[in-house]
Amino acid sequence: MPGQGLAFDVAHMLAGGMVTVSFMLLFQDRLFALIQFISLHALVLAMALAWQAYIQTAEHLYAAAALALMVKAVLIPVVLHRLVRRLRIERTVEVVVGVGVTMLFGICLVALSVVVMLPVAAKSPLMWEDLSFALAVVLLGLLIMITRRNAVGQIIGFLSVDNGMTLAAAGARGMPFLIELSIAFSALVALIVFVVSLSHIYKRFESADVQALDRFRGDTP
Amino acid sequence: MFLPFVLCLVPFLFAAGLLVTPVASRSWASFALYGVCLGVTCLLLAVGVLGLAAAGEGAPPQLMRLPLGLPGAGVGFRLDSLSAFFLIVVNFAASAASLFAIGYGRHEHAPGRVLPFYPVFLAGMNLVVVANDAYSFLFSWELMSVASWFLVIAHHRERENRRAGYVYLIMAAISTQALLITFGLLSDFGRVLDFEAIRTSPHAVDIARLAVLAAVIGTGAKAGLVPLHVWLPLAHPAAPSHVSGLMSGIMTKVAIYGLVRIVFDLLGPPEWTWGAGILFLGGITAVVGVLYALMQHDLKRLLAYHTVENIGIIAIGLGLALAFRANGFALGAALALTAALFHVLNHSLFKSLLFFGAGAVLTATGERDLERLGGLIRGMPVTAFCFLVGSAAISALPPLNGFVSEWLALQAILISPELPQWILKFLVPMVGAGLALSAALAAACFVKAFGIAFLGRARTVAAERAVETDRTSQAAMLILVAACVLAGLFPGMVVDALAPVVTMLVGSHLPVQSSNPWLTLVASTPERSSYNGLVLMVFIALSALLPALGIYGLASRKLRRAGAWDCGYPETSSATQYTAASFAQPIRRVFASVVFSASEQIDMPLPGDARPARLTLGMKDPVWTVLYRPLVETVNAAAAVVGRARTLSIRQHLSLVYAVLILLLVVLALWQ
Repeated sequence: MPGQGLAFDVAHMLAGGMVTVSFMLLFQDRLFALIQFISLHALVLAMALAWQAYIQTAEHLYAAAALALMVKAVLIPVVLHRLVRRLRIERTVEVVVGVGVTMLFGICLVALSVVVMLPVAAKSPLMWEDLSFALAVVLLGLLIMITRRNAVGQIIGFLSVDNGMTLAAAGARGMPFLIELSIAFSALVALIVFVVSLSHIYKRFESADVQALDRFRGDTP
Repeated sequence: MFLPFVLCLVPFLFAAGLLVTPVASRSWASFALYGVCLGVTCLLLAVGVLGLAAAGEGAPPQLMRLPLGLPGAGVGFRLDSLSAFFLIVVNFAASAASLFAIGYGRHEHAPGRVLPFYPVFLAGMNLVVVANDAYSFLFSWELMSVASWFLVIAHHRERENRRAGYVYLIMAAISTQALLITFGLLSDFGRVLDFEAIRTSPHAVDIARLAVLAAVIGTGAKAGLVPLHVWLPLAHPAAPSHVSGLMSGIMTKVAIYGLVRIVFDLLGPPEWTWGAGILFLGGITAVVGVLYALMQHDLKRLLAYHTVENIGIIAIGLGLALAFRANGFALGAALALTAALFHVLNHSLFKSLLFFGAGAVLTATGERDLERLGGLIRGMPVTAFCFLVGSAAISALPPLNGFVSEWLALQAILISPELPQWILKFLVPMVGAGLALSAALAAACFVKAFGIAFLGRARTVAAERAVETDRTSQAAMLILVAACVLAGLFPGMVVDALAPVVTMLVGSHLPVQSSNPWLTLVASTPERSSYNGLVLMVFIALSALLPALGIYGLASRKLRRAGAWDCGYPETSSATQYTAASFAQPIRRVFASVVFSASEQIDMPLPGDARPARLTLGMKDPVWTVLYRPLVETVNAAAAVVGRARTLSIRQHLSLVYAVLILLLVVLALWQ
């Protein structure tokens, strides 16, 4: 059992690492690179979970970490990689808003999450930092979702939102294992839904661009 | 000990409504249902009378709590003098309506749409006046609204009735929402729902003002205070006539009960501004209501607009009572409140009577339009007599009951110069002038209604062939006629009966009247203001009888019958008679050209042209054009903006949700 100071420093390093990887995801505009970064995102999450398991001496978190490693860091990226190759859409992701603006907005979001979590700071400063990092990851994931046109980009955004929630759940003590398990399970279900619908969208419109759906609805000419 | 009787009798009404549903189309169903309703309402009336008598002897309010409704809280009931008085008002008119409907209901062509809801409507009104917590009050209030809505759209095949039902539903929803806000404010945001607790807890000044405002909107929308009256002239005529009588005669009174209960009882000591506000609204309502009525030639709609006017008169009394009480004038407050409550009773009597008369005319001729009636007094003498007495009573002619309450209201206005606030010093005389004007215009309006419908010659074949209505309907109308006359001749008894109610609400009451000689009614002091209906009645009878006897006894008995002078035109079509529109024309030119921006267009063809001459009347309802149409347009525009969001793309939807999330987080960050 390491000392309190070191334990929390490492935990914060890992959580901060996730925020950094989120920014990388936000910046990245190539599909394969995005998939690799989401794998990295999940890897950092698994490490954070394992560290939490170690310092809280909560064995079930090891299981969560292993699950994150297997499902989110390996299985999902592999499936997405094969999908992208199968659909032959390895070209550049079109980012809707300029990257610079998106990054600046993302920085503002991190500041916002720190401010929002301020009342927690009064009770426990350590929890405060944990939760603000987790919230920042969630908000950045949502930002990724809305700035991508391509459905694969939206899947990546969704997965990073999911990772942020898992991080928040791990940081809060006494969170039942069942909840973490269900979060992981929901990610799997979401993956299946996304892959199936993406394949269908592609088969129907020969494109993974969700704007094809709008054209189909007749809303945009 | 009378409260349990009320709570035992009301379930019979629900049961009657339930049991009649499968057999509503049978010929005996209507007779049986109205018979049951008549019996139950008579018993409830007796309970009300006994309750008021007990309260007069100083019995404390009775409380009861039943384990129904919200889990853990239960529902509370209370029978005090105010509830007992309103039980009498509700159930007297309700039993008369049930008696009338035993005969009238046979003409109903869709009994399945009327019979099940009629007893539920009665039950709702009875429960409102004994409810003793916010939950049971609002529940019974909604029961009353929903049941009456079903009755309004009973004849739903007529397009006009569907529109009336729609407008009524919206206004009823607004009313309940406003009352919900009232009770939310009074109950410390839902912590204490019980009226006993609300009554004893103190209320901050601003909260109390907001609560009064919401209560005036909530009960005013139900009672028909201008500008919330718009549903009333649409919905009341749409229902079958006995239900119209109930809605106009007593549902509006139940709304007044809500206002009195909240403002006088629950809120504690009033501010004079509340009184000024209610007084102002009442003055506007009285004058505008009667002007609307004058412009009408649909008999039932005319009566509905008169309900608006009379609600204005009651509101004037209530507003004055609040102003007097806030300034510590105990006698003035007692006088004004007695006038208002007396008028509540009176209006429930004569408005039911007039609607029954209109119903009898409707079944006899199939017409509501005055321009297609005429000469009905020959075919329907009893109905004509009853309608005449009702018209005289609502026009405030002595010695009938309408005069007494309006006289009391004017007495209260006459002592108002003692009020210290200058706004009231200006406002009260203006309202008094408005009250006098509305009484005069009401008389003109009923001369028109009675004269065009019952006198002259029949304008249509249907009116010519009209026959008298059935015996039970006549009996119901004659009972109400008797009640109007008795309340007018012996007003002292009514005022004495009202004493415990007035004492409970404003802490003092008028001097005891039963000791006055010759049944005189004394408002404040015998020298300043006293009225004797009996003496007046004897005077009127003598002054009419003596000349009649003199003429018949002393004048020549030679009788010569000759045709009336026809101004040289031998045309005797009944269309050459005065019409309702032509009767109202002078008043329309004086008032309506301003209020309703009435315009006349005359299309007079040149000699030799075979075209008929035409007079076209145009009128605009200022409340619709100024208040409701912009409101409706705003709502539609907002709906169009929101509707656009429906066609956004997936990503735009997500962005919208995201933007709201970020906005809420920013608000949260700034809030801390």
